[in-house]
Amino acid sequence: MFVMRKAPYGTIYSFEGLETVLIMGAYEQDVSLLFVDDGVYSIKKGTDTTPLGIKNFSPTFRVLEGYDIEKLYIDKESMDSRGLTLDDFVVEPEVLDKEQIAKLMEEQDVLFPF
Amino acid sequence: MKFAVLVQEGPYHHQSSDSAYQFVTAAMDKRHEIIGVFFYHDGVINSSKLADIQADDRNITKRWSEVGEKGVDLVVCIAAAKRRGINDDVLAPGFRISGLGQLTEMAIKSDRLVTFGA
Repeated sequence: MFVMRKAPYGTIYSFEGLETVLIMGAYEQDVSLLFVDDGVYSIKKGTDTTPLGIKNFSPTFRVLEGYDIEKLYIDKESMDSRGLTLDDFVVEPEVLDKEQIAKLMEEQDVLFPF
Repeated sequence: MKFAVLVQEGPYHHQSSDSAYQFVTAAMDKRHEIIGVFFYHDGVINSSKLADIQADDRNITKRWSEVGEKGVDLVVCIAAAKRRGINDDVLAPGFRISGLGQLTEMAIKSDRLVTFGA
């Protein structure tokens, strides 16, 4: 499971994290993604990065399905506290609460925090 | 136990390179196997031999090379390295540049992958 924790454009963690996701998707592993904290902004619709001079990579999350990466999750508290709803995202993650996330993490072989 | 280690931060800038080194040496002392250390994000800068370190400070890259001498695979991500000016010309002994596939292999083959980052 990849845990996307950081805002997408202030640092490179999210972008390089996504690069790792795409590579591992090609290895036919059981890959899932969880968006928590400011990581939820990685999949926000309508982000315009033009003024930053940085490529907008949020749409890339939409191609994950083509890599058979279909398990996308989002932390309810992170989403709610930022005033976001499922309509705000370029993909449709499953909404989980803290207890559900803890349980899911417990089941993982490997966690990659980005 | 078989460990793989992921280092995500640059040396001197962040504690993670030091902590990862302490972890790796401690685990080896306890006869655990370190199947590899993977350097990602600014962690790739750990591999640069160009750093000129003051005599009273620890030499983080040299410490990693010593770990490499003991047979630990030190892998630098090529994609992350390229955008940070790290290539074979500046690579310290013991390191090698390879792809994210190596991280995948490490994650699969190890019992635990331990991440050191921000």
